[in-house]
Amino acid sequence: MLPAGGAPALQRHKQMTSQEAIESLNKWFEENLQKKTEFRGETTYAIAASDLREIAKFCRDDLSFDYLLDITSIDNFGEEPRFEIVYHLYSMPHGAHLRLKLRVSEELGAIDTVSDIWPTADWHEREIYDMMGVKFNGHPDLRRILMWDGYPFFPLRKDFPLAGLPSDMPDVAFTKVTPLEGGPFVTVPSTAGSKDREPRARPREL
Amino acid sequence: MAETHATAYDSKIEGNVIFTRFDAALNWVRKNSLWPMPMGLACCAIELMATAASRFDISRFGAEVMRFSPRQCDVMIVAGTVTYKMALAVKRIYEQMPEPKWVIAMGACASTGGMYRSYAVLQGIDQLLPVDVYISGCPPRPEALLAGLMKLQEKISGERAFRDQAPQLAERLEEALT
Repeated sequence: MLPAGGAPALQRHKQMTSQEAIESLNKWFEENLQKKTEFRGETTYAIAASDLREIAKFCRDDLSFDYLLDITSIDNFGEEPRFEIVYHLYSMPHGAHLRLKLRVSEELGAIDTVSDIWPTADWHEREIYDMMGVKFNGHPDLRRILMWDGYPFFPLRKDFPLAGLPSDMPDVAFTKVTPLEGGPFVTVPSTAGSKDREPRARPREL
Repeated sequence: MAETHATAYDSKIEGNVIFTRFDAALNWVRKNSLWPMPMGLACCAIELMATAASRFDISRFGAEVMRFSPRQCDVMIVAGTVTYKMALAVKRIYEQMPEPKWVIAMGACASTGGMYRSYAVLQGIDQLLPVDVYISGCPPRPEALLAGLMKLQEKISGERAFRDQAPQLAERLEEALT
């Protein structure tokens, strides 16, 4: 058993360190950070794409955010800049989470890779390239990971239809349009039970 | 080899009975030793493994020899979601299986694409291969897979392989015996 006062002291120490970490990040990059938001204990920083590698190295080396949990991408179709890339970082020594968001426009379509900083970024960035079409400068092996090389579309963009588009690469793969007659095969969010959320319980939209 | 001669009984009747028995024997042999090619792609493969294990025992039906080489298999059990990326590989494996061959589409995804009505999932393996038995379920219970296997056995027992594939030989034998 820990001595009395041992565990709380450790907890306080951890919290202070991650708080200090966030504040030192704030202090060092004040001029570059456009927005910091806090929501239910989660900290999110919106950063510029040009500062990504500098901030990423600082987070890993000085703030010990050594674990990149996830990189994901959001397509804000209609807004400019169109794509948003979100990095989820975790610090194993401190137990702190951090989220970094940056925007990249469709014309530029490329940002720097962080796969030499956190090697796990390799496949995450390949998935973002495959699904959204955002390229990563300096990536060691930027090719499609879920779809096949030569597939002509980026499926998770908002202007890609849910049913898919036909394509054909002989001897490699083909795709067809999925039949979606019979209504949307998805539920709408609500507090009703699953029987009432069942999509075929809705009247058919004609 | 000496040619066969009719004996005391009505050779026309006995001649037909010989064909039926040949086909019946052939079908009996084929249906009771269906060696599956387990095309286990997703969760249905777990139920396929469960069917092959001791509790549900697909070996009772002669199908415990799940050779992963298509050259040694009779029936391809497509168990799981067939993505477009994998579809042509499944077709290639099917084409490497020697005749006679059958296909069981196990589960909702292999039958019709299942719950994945999306850009990446082939909506049923019957878009590429001729399927003999569809088994519904997500995943189907092992008993359902065994019922599907038995349905395939029924289908095989109604085949006319000898009469269909060697019609001249069948005719000549009939003539020789009548």
